[in-house]
This record gives sequence, C-alpha cells and structure tokens, in this order.
Amino acid sequence: MSTDETGQGGASAPTSAQGTSGPAARLVQLITPAGERVSHPEFDFWVRDITDEQLCSLYEDMSVVRRIDLEATALQRQGELGLWPPLLGQEAAQVGSARTLRSDDFVFSSYRENGVAYCRGVDLVDLLRMWRGNAPSGWDPYTVNMATPQIIIGAQTLHATGYAMGIQNDGADSVAITYFGDGATSEGDVNEAMVFAASFQVPVVFFCTNNHWAISEPVRLQSHIQLADRAAGFGIPSLRVDGNDVLAVMAATRVALDRARRGGGPTFIEAVSYRMGPHTTADDPTRYRDPNELEDWAAKDPISRVAALLDRKGLLTEGLQQQIKDKADAVAREMRDGCTRMPDPEPLDVFKHVYSTPNSWLDRQQDHYSRYLASFGDPDAATLEEGAR
Amino acid sequence: MTQMTFARAINAGLRKSLENDPKVVLLGEDIGTLGGVFRVTDGLQKDFGKHRVVDTPLAESAIVGTAVGLAYRGYRPVVEIQFDGFVYPAFDQIVSQVAKLHYRTRGAVKMPITIRIPFGGGIGSPEHHSESPEAYFTHTAGLRVVSVANPQDAYTVIQQAISCDDPVLFFEPKRRYHDKADVDESAGPGTALPMDQARVLTQGSDVTLVAYGPLVKTALDAATAAADEGISIEVIDLRSLAPVDYETVVASVKRTGRLVVTHEAGESGGLGAEVAASITERCFYHLEAAPVRVTGFDIPYPSSKLEMHHLPGLDRILDGVDRALGRPNSLSGLEG
Repeated sequence: MSTDETGQGGASAPTSAQGTSGPAARLVQLITPAGERVSHPEFDFWVRDITDEQLCSLYEDMSVVRRIDLEATALQRQGELGLWPPLLGQEAAQVGSARTLRSDDFVFSSYRENGVAYCRGVDLVDLLRMWRGNAPSGWDPYTVNMATPQIIIGAQTLHATGYAMGIQNDGADSVAITYFGDGATSEGDVNEAMVFAASFQVPVVFFCTNNHWAISEPVRLQSHIQLADRAAGFGIPSLRVDGNDVLAVMAATRVALDRARRGGGPTFIEAVSYRMGPHTTADDPTRYRDPNELEDWAAKDPISRVAALLDRKGLLTEGLQQQIKDKADAVAREMRDGCTRMPDPEPLDVFKHVYSTPNSWLDRQQDHYSRYLASFGDPDAATLEEGAR
Repeated sequence: MTQMTFARAINAGLRKSLENDPKVVLLGEDIGTLGGVFRVTDGLQKDFGKHRVVDTPLAESAIVGTAVGLAYRGYRPVVEIQFDGFVYPAFDQIVSQVAKLHYRTRGAVKMPITIRIPFGGGIGSPEHHSESPEAYFTHTAGLRVVSVANPQDAYTVIQQAISCDDPVLFFEPKRRYHDKADVDESAGPGTALPMDQARVLTQGSDVTLVAYGPLVKTALDAATAAADEGISIEVIDLRSLAPVDYETVVASVKRTGRLVVTHEAGESGGLGAEVAASITERCFYHLEAAPVRVTGFDIPYPSSKLEMHHLPGLDRILDGVDRALGRPNSLSGLEG
C-alpha cells in the first residue's frame, strides 16, 4: 500500500464521538484480539475502502517491520549497533498511522518509530546509521518528509506544531503528525505544544503511543486519568484507540487528518499498545515488570490478530505467507549487509556541518587537529593508536 | 541619515527584513498589539499581519520549539525572548535543537533562527530582568552570538542575523534602547561590516579595552577620561561573541601590549576568561602585563539599589586599566 489519498470525501462522515472533548468513553476497536472484525457505527466509515488486498498489504508491512526490528536487535546483540530501541508489539500503531499519511505530510517522531520510518520509505541502512554510531542521524528529512529521530523526550511535538503553523501560513492542506510516548505527556514541551496547537488551530496530529512504560515507570505514574482525556483540558478533541488494531489506528488517524486538512485544527490520539521488549537494548525490564502482564499483552498481538482475520476470510494462504517471509528475509539481509559494510566516518567529519557558514573558531580547531593528525604521518594512526605517544 | 533610538533602529531593521523576505516571521510575547514591552516591534503586526508578527502564548520553550518547526518548513523565524532571565525555559530547545539540528541532519536542515534577547542591567528592575546569560550560548556549538552597541549596528546586524543561515542569538543592551544616533538606512546587510567582525572604535597605543553591548558606551567614556590623564586606550566593540574576531583583537594587543576586557556578566567562565586566555595564547610575547578582567561579580543579579556596585562602571574600568599599566590601583600591593 502506498501513501493514502482515500478515506475522505465521497460519502459524508458520521460525526458523533469522532474525537470528543469530554472523557474518551471507550476504546475504539475494529479487530478483536481473536481476529474478529467488529463493526463500529462511526469508525467503519473511515476504513470502508480498505480492500482485502490492502489488508494483506498491512499484514505484510507489520510483519516486515517486526523483522526489521528483530534483525536490528540481533545486530546490537552481535556488537554491530551501539544501541537499539525495539518496537516489538507496536507494529499496528506505527504502520496503521503511517500508511494513512500523504507524502506531503510531515512526521516528527521519537526514536522508536522505526516502523513509521520504513513506511515513509527511509532507506534500511540509513535507519541504522545513527544506532551504529556512524552519524548523528540517518537521512535527509526532506527526501521522505520525516524528521530524524528525536531523543529529547517530547521536544519534537513543538517542531510539529511549528511546522503546522507554517503549513497554515502557506495555505496548504498537508498535516504535521508527531509521535511520542506516554512518558512524554508529562513533559512541558508536549503540554506547550498542545497549548500552541489549540490557540492557533493548526493542522497537527498528536499521536501518543501509550505503550505503558517509560523505561521503568508505569503509565499510572504519569497520569491519574486516561492520557486521551488530558487533551480536553487544552480544548483538543481526542480519540482512544486499540493501538494493536491496525484498522482502528487507521480510522482514528484518518479522522484526525481529515479534521486537520479541513482547517479543524489539532487532534490527540492515544493508541493503547504495549512495549513487549525493553526500553532499549541496554534495559532490563525483568527488574520492574510483572511477567504476567507481558503474557496478557502477548495475547493481544497486533500481527497475529490480522493473521487470524485473514484466516477467517480465507486469505491467509501459504502463498501469501511465503511471499511475506521472502520479503522479510530479503529486507533483513539487505539491512544486515548494508550495516556491516557501512564505512566508518573520517576523523575530520567531526567538524562538518556544525555551521552552514564559515566559522573562524572552528576553522582554527579543525586546522590544528589536521596538523595533529598529520604529525603521525598516517592520519588514521592517530585514532587507531591512541596513547601510543 | 535619520536620527533614531536604538530600539527604533532594531524596529527599522526588522521591518526591512519583513519587507525583503516573505519567509521572515516574528514570534514572541506581547510583540503584536502592544509592540513589545520595549516597543521594539511597534507597528509591525499592524503592517505585516498576525501571521507574520505572532503574539504567542506564554511559553518560551514553545516559542523557540515552534520556530524550529517553522524553520523546517522553510521559514526564517525571529523570536523575541521578553527578558534575559526568561530564556531558561527555552534552554533545551536552543541548546539541544536549534544549535544541533544542522549538525544532526548533516547539513540537510538549516536553522536560520534569530533569537532576540534584551539583556543586561542598569534599569532598576526586579530579579530576572537584568541578567547577562551570553556565556551559556557562546559555549554552545552551533550557535552564533552577537551583541550590538549602537543604533547603526542594531539596524544592520539584525538584518544580517536574520539572513544568516545559522542560528543567531542577538543580545540587545536594554539600557541603551533609548540612546539616539544617526542611522543610515541605505546601509544594507551586504555592504555593512559583517556581523562576525569586531570594530575598533578608538585608536590607542597604551591599552586595548574590549567591550560589547551595554558596556561599549562605558568603555568609550573611560577612554575619554583616560585621555585627560594622557593614557591612550584602544576601544574594541567585540560585536560577535561567538565566534570572537580574534584577528582584530590580536592585532590591537600586539601594538598596545595590554588587554582589559569588560562585561556585566560574572567573571568565572565568562567571555572575558575566554578572550583573556586566547589572547594570552596568541600574544604571549607581546604582552607587557597579565590581561585584566573587569566584570560583574559571581552573584545572582543584585537588587536595583545595589546594581551599580555589580555593574562595571567607568571608574572600575579605569581602575582595571591602571592595573594593566602597573599604575597605582585598588589592588596595588596584592599578589595575584
């Protein structure tokens, strides 16, 4: 499935409950954990155009994203990456939302949205560049209309809001979407972003993946109320969806995008999911998490429920499964090969791009360090044989 | 030539930038209808509209953070932080985002953001309204930091800052806002002295006196007073605090052999330390005496009844000049 141009226009949309400003009464769900498609009076409309073929495609995307994530985790364990933030369990939230975006929408995400990046078309090797320590980030944001991962928690929500102010000034109908987690909702920046977004009624979507854990801190430490209900205080309509249900996520994101494109301002989406893995590969969740909780959420897996739905429809053929396995294998191979073959950066690259215009201080430091390196004869020797003198 | 106040000169420079580039937008608290608490943006919202001169909610991190988003979108935001002491809530966005995005994206994303900060004391204000936080930012890679000292520079350098593709912190000496001088409005940002260059204001042979922002006027007054005693001071207006134009300072110190540097900010880790260290490294064999710093104390900004003790005035600067010259001074007889 490519970027989405549908889900709007045509029939008129039902309006009740699509983003209330009161308490988000219930979780929107269109596929049960057992793979049953349940109808919904308001949200069916927003996925009415999703064909069986597209459902298979979403299944493939989620499977490939999971494979990318597992492969990257393995690469970290093998010493090829310095760190990796697994997204295991959050595939539906990422794929379902990212596949509703247009190419001219702009994404400002955290560091865990590698599935979103895949959907935006980020090169697989670029995805790993930062985590391997080869560069401060992996790609040119303008080639895929997605900013590179933000590590400061919640800072990107302001960038999305500012970008949306720009969209509004330009009179365009594109949208800025920002991804962040449950922990980020406590950050001042996220709250300030919602104040600005509401004041100026700009086309921005706040996509909060509630994966229940901010490293070791449970979501109940961040908030006494449902995260979606916080939006009401800002005058921003919100939706609370089953984040492990790819169709529900699509529907909710389309509601939000449609509102933004029509000049209706921001929407807050809480996608309720679960971080099945550690915060990063440096984390040990067994120190703070009840294994029973993990088991409960494993039963709500986003990919197996789509598999079950496809099976009910008679679409989960051996052919489809083989095709997806082949694709995932190929993607993993390409990523692994690209990762291990990535050339190391040059020593003087440390000075590049600090400024876009010449800077006398830095030029002097670079000149002095070049001389220092040259004093070893072979510039590489200086870094390789540190302490040799 | 038009005679105008310092504040008016910045206003005229902002107006020129708004006229010349439709991507220039102004963001800040009270900058629209009110025209800013110092009236620096007076009349601009009326003439350029609410989408280009934006009154924002009271959240400094958001003002800078949304400017980052606008810059991503191709805009050239000019942000006003209402007072020096109010910049700290935006510190993370400035230091972790504005300063680093060009580096982080390996040059793909430019951050042509100008952050205007009225700074310094001497206006009898309560806490948080008189600070000199420039060293936090000169220490941060990725930022350019400038401070201007007269209406003409205010008019041209603000335009140079806005047209610069790198982020610029533009420190405005608020106690000089009402100083008047002739401004040549035909001086364009391209023809004026580049903003990263210092300017020698008075030629002198005995001591090089480096100042910036609010203390440039004090330094000039000190030079005039010293001349009465037959002491010839070369006053340099640093203008660019990051990077410092050492070429100009070095050339001067090589002639005078003596350096005094002055600022309102505290001494430890201040810009004066950086200038003194760099000049010592580069001019050691030309120096006749150790460089002297005349600065504010390492204290929280004091109550207004005491602020003139904290702020380097003409007499304290001259005392520092005497120290550099080995003449009798307040510290005579003290070692080190």
